[in-house]
Amino acid sequence: MKKWEKEWQKKGMHYHNNQNKKMAHINLGNELPGIRGPMAFRPETAKPLNELAEILLRDDNNTLSRGERELIATYVSYLNDCFFCQNAHGGIAQYYLQCDMQFIDGVKKDFNSMPITDKMKALLSIAASVQKGGRFVTADQIEDAKKAGATDMEIHDTVLIAAAFCMFNRYVDGLGTSAPADRNYYIGRGKQRAEEGYLHFDLYK
Amino acid sequence: MAHIKVEEGVPGIRSLVLFRPETGKHLYELAQVLLRGDSPLTAAERELIAAYVSHRNDCMFCMNSHAAAARCLYDEEKNIVDDVLADMHQSKVSNKMIALLNIAGKVQILGKEVLPEDIAAARLLGADDREIHDTVLIAAAFSMFNRYVDGLASFTPTDAVTYEEMGKRMAEKGYALPQQPK
Repeated sequence: MKKWEKEWQKKGMHYHNNQNKKMAHINLGNELPGIRGPMAFRPETAKPLNELAEILLRDDNNTLSRGERELIATYVSYLNDCFFCQNAHGGIAQYYLQCDMQFIDGVKKDFNSMPITDKMKALLSIAASVQKGGRFVTADQIEDAKKAGATDMEIHDTVLIAAAFCMFNRYVDGLGTSAPADRNYYIGRGKQRAEEGYLHFDLYK
Repeated sequence: MAHIKVEEGVPGIRSLVLFRPETGKHLYELAQVLLRGDSPLTAAERELIAAYVSHRNDCMFCMNSHAAAARCLYDEEKNIVDDVLADMHQSKVSNKMIALLNIAGKVQILGKEVLPEDIAAARLLGADDREIHDTVLIAAAFSMFNRYVDGLASFTPTDAVTYEEMGKRMAEKGYALPQQPK
């Protein structure tokens, strides 16, 4: 595999350029990118996974906006180095927040220097700790979030979104699924996913 | 004390799904499908993978409860559970399970840690695509459950009897969303 990578680098192509030609670790019976591959392979587990995503990220009975929740998902996926998820959810966040890719990248790099609310900064800090491990979340971080106006429900959802993306990211990368290398691909997809939601969509479209 | 206001004395994930049943419902459905639904892996093997990942994530609640469920399901071979958690290479677990547990351990670190050679080893030892898929998703799901339980500092009982009862219930009844006591 190392040799294979080197050969392509020699040709001046990035590893990711070939991701969509790369085979997943198992025969998924389809060539769908990212999580859609294993979801089509095993619809029984795809159902609760998509239902969880819908209620966590998209349900409007929530005091965190859809954009804020997608931003947490994007940030955790970035920390987990999951190319597909950080771009797919980055694209959705970008659509909801009406921002550009630079803004999303700025949040990934250093959210404290970005024009987001203190509450979001406190919640992103909690999400970063969850990504390392549940026990890394400190009482001080929770206190800071509450002082910045976060409710128990918002803290709960932040922890669960961060935890859920520690699952989704591992599912996607642990099976070696493919991911389109062009980051602009995810911008158009983001709009589509935002409009269609995580339920009742065609995995093959 | 948990980080958020959940019902006192209710342990682990139960307290969290009672706090937010809208998300809890899907978490329990996922656990039921993954650990009890149709799979080429036995329920005992799947609970063992869950306990192993929870052990690596240092999540005492999930480790103790799923280890207890695995012991119940392994029945006469229940020693396999503690032997695997101590050192799977010294245990009587099959070589195929060692290869799958190796993949689960890699997933616990990060998805990208799983290498083609880990998959090839599992295949050589008789694992099929469905078994590899289920192993990866169980390991990924427990990387979520463990963080959910500990990230909110939910109540973790420390006595063995509580977990023994919990394990028995999980083995016999599976995963049904707990209802708010009336």
